[in-house]
Parts: sequence; C-alpha cells; structure tokens
Amino acid sequence: MIRDPKDLKRYNASERANHWVVGISFILLALSGLAFFHPAFFPLTQLFGGPTWARIIHPYLGVLMALAFIVMFFRFKHLNKMTPADKEWLSKAKNMVDGNDHDMPEQGKYNGGQKVMFWALAVCMLLMMVSGLFIWRAWFGFDITLVRMGAVVHAAAGAVMIGLIMVHVYAAIWVKGTIRAMWYGTVTRAWAKQHHRGWYRQVTGK
Amino acid sequence: MALQSLDIKQRSATTTPSTQVRQTVEIAKLIDVSACIGCKACQVACSEWNDIRDEVGNCHGVYDNPMDLSAKSWTVMRYTEVEQNNKLEWLIRKDGCMHCADPGCLKACPAPGAIIQYSNGIVDFHQENCIGCGYCVTGCPFNVPRISKEDSKAYKCSLCSDRVAVNQAPACAKACPTGAIQFGSKEDMKDYAAKRVTDLKERGYDQAGLYDPQGVGGTHVMYVLHHADKPDLYAGLPANPSISPLVSLWKGVAKPLATLALAGVALGSLFHYVTKGPNEVSKEIEDEIEKEDAK
Repeated sequence: MIRDPKDLKRYNASERANHWVVGISFILLALSGLAFFHPAFFPLTQLFGGPTWARIIHPYLGVLMALAFIVMFFRFKHLNKMTPADKEWLSKAKNMVDGNDHDMPEQGKYNGGQKVMFWALAVCMLLMMVSGLFIWRAWFGFDITLVRMGAVVHAAAGAVMIGLIMVHVYAAIWVKGTIRAMWYGTVTRAWAKQHHRGWYRQVTGK
Repeated sequence: MALQSLDIKQRSATTTPSTQVRQTVEIAKLIDVSACIGCKACQVACSEWNDIRDEVGNCHGVYDNPMDLSAKSWTVMRYTEVEQNNKLEWLIRKDGCMHCADPGCLKACPAPGAIIQYSNGIVDFHQENCIGCGYCVTGCPFNVPRISKEDSKAYKCSLCSDRVAVNQAPACAKACPTGAIQFGSKEDMKDYAAKRVTDLKERGYDQAGLYDPQGVGGTHVMYVLHHADKPDLYAGLPANPSISPLVSLWKGVAKPLATLALAGVALGSLFHYVTKGPNEVSKEIEDEIEKEDAK
C-alpha cells in the first residue's frame, strides 16, 4: 500500500506495538475488572472463559500492562513536560471542546490536554499496580487493613482510568486523521499543521 | 447447594430482591462460654458431619489445635489464660462464623449466588459459584472465611444449614456434652442467655452478658460471656464489630456512582460527536499544503 511519501512519521513500529500491548491489556483488564466491581457487569466474565478464569487471568494481565506501560512512560515522559503554552491551551480547552480551535495556542507534539492525560494515567497506573498487589490473594497475604485500602483504591483508580481512556479514545475518534498514527504511524502534513503546529514546524523545518 | 426448604433473604452480587413471601423463624446458636470445658467434641462433630479432615498438624505447646480456622476446620476452640479479679481464668471460646445479620462477606462478594443469607439467618457459602477472589475475607469483620489451597474456593461454618433445613440442630450443638452449645429460635436463645447471665451475676460475674453485636445487625451465633464488657479477653473477640467503612465505601456508594459516571462519559462523548461534529482538518490548511506541493 503506497501512501503519500510526504506524510509525517509520528510513531515508529516499536512505539505503536508498545501502545497496543498496553491498549489490549487495558481493555481486557477493564472488562474483567468491571465484572468484579458491579454485578451488572458480571456477565463480562464469560469473555474470559468463565468467572473463575477471569479472576485468575486478571492480575497477570495487570502485570503485563504495568510492564508495557512503564516502558511507554519512559519513552514519552520527556515529550510531556508542561509548558506555559500548555497552560494557556488548557485555559482555552472549553473553546476547543465547543468546536472552535481558531485561537488555540500553537502546540508541540502533544497539547496540554494530552499531557494532563499522560500524567493522570501514570498516577492511576501506579495506584493500580500497588493496590493490585495488595489484593492479589493467589500470591500475597497482606494485612487486612492494607487489603481493604487496596480494594478501595483499586476500584476508584480503575474507574477513573476507564473514564480517562474513554476520553482518550473519543478524542482520537473526534479528531479526524488521528487514529492512523496508531495504526501505521503517519499523519498528513495538514493534520499536523492544524493540530500540532509546533511539531509540524519542527519536523518539516517550515 | 441451595436448599429448597430454606428461603433466601439475600444473595451476593444480586441487585433484585430474593424470596420474600414467607416469614421464617430466625434461628441462633448460643455458645455459653462459661459452660464450655474445652473438650473439642464440637470440632470433631463438625469435621464428621461436614466430612472435612484437616491435617493433624503439630503440637504448639498450647491446647489450640488446629491453631487457626482453615478451609477444613470451620470451628476451632481458642484457649486464653487471663487474670481477672485476682484469679486465674481459663477462657475457652469456640470460634467460627458468626452468621451476621449484616454480613460483610456477602456485601463484598462479586459472584452472584456464591454467598446466600437464608431468611432464618444462616449465611452460607455456595462453593460452586465461588470464583476464589477472597473478597469475603476482605469483607468479614471477624476474620472467618478461608480460601482453600486445593481448590481456591472459600469455606466456613454453614451452621449445618443442611441439618437445620430438616429441623436438626447443628452437629456441634448435638455433640456438646455440657450443653454449652444451644440451638433454637433467636428469641428462645436470648431468653436462655438471660437466665444464664442472671445465674453468672449471682455467682459474682457482675459484667456477665450476651454477645450479640449490633454493629453487624446482631449475629446468629451468640456468646454468653462472663466478661461481656471485655470481649477482647476471649482471644480477641472484637468489642464493636462492624463492616469496615472501607468495605462499605468500596461495595456501597462507589458501585452506582462509578457506573453512572462511566455511563456519563460514554454517552457524553457520543452526544458531543453528534452535536458538535467531528474535528476535521480545515479546508484552508489543506489548500495551503496543496499549494506548497504545486510549487
């Protein structure tokens, strides 16, 4: 398949694969985790070969996601440092959501919203990892108070994270021409100029 | 297994009402600690009737054997030596599930029908629905349920629900040689306890009383204690047990709130798309890029 050779490379293959490992494990974790959280979601355990298998598999998927996320975190951390332009972007985020992006400040590879998302997910991931170990009875037997706190934190951080990921996925669907960056790594120059002009300038030298 | 002859009051991870039409007599087991001689006939009877054989284990230099509850020991005698009123007292408490009216295990359990509360008050584990997550252990204020190492299912005293269903007393009550374990309607057991408490008070145990903690809505296993003001003396029996606020938060308000919030985010996104439309690259910028290419 020949694409426009002038398209801009946004993610290399390894970064994409890394993202998909996190993404797939996250979806499986969210589906099985919700099943243990509220009875309304319990039938989701059938996707995993039944409720007992869902209980067995869930924490191992968690370990996989944690490891893949740690790699991704160190890959993208330096690109997610907050700048004054990001703060300005965030203060005008409401206009953006309303569908008016004309007076948004110029953004680099990531805008302020994406950076907030990155750090919020990183905090949630850390909470999930630690609290998940506390409640993983197959391997660990922590003090009951720690287990109870772990259960609350795991449920709360999990719910927040599912909400954040919904926003993350929706943003990619909403902003047309974005999802291909995660499929095959490139975006059009027009897309870059429109949404990440600072990055567009940096990579094209214009 | 669900027992057809016992009505179900509550079922774990179930949001619709369970059977409610019949009125059932609330039952209770009363353990009169002051009349217990520590013979462990109840432990043996439990093992016999329920057909569970724990490992023989080792002597730890104390009478307690086994040392703790397990998936195969649903009741254990806990022996404590204390000094009260300048006298040595040997307190022997038969430990096991208290069959709370407000059971923390059932509240925490995520598997529909793995934990059942019968309308007579018995809280029963149905292992065929258990997924082995251990949330019941997290929820229990008395540290009773145990996860089996063999099958990863949770086990505990069933109050011999199978015997009670056919009008028989639990095996432990049947075996007790001193009448320290009584079984009957909760009302009758309270009356019986009141007599025992009066008797104990006459004998100088001013603080004798019934242990039926209201923090868990009362229990269907109750104790007559000589020192009801200090339940802690009896191998750490909690003075005011209740479901931990952390567990109530986790399996209480968090569930509907988080579910609604997530539904809100999902629907909010959908309606944002429908009302505001997609965020496409503007025609101007596309034209700019085309012009650049044409040069």
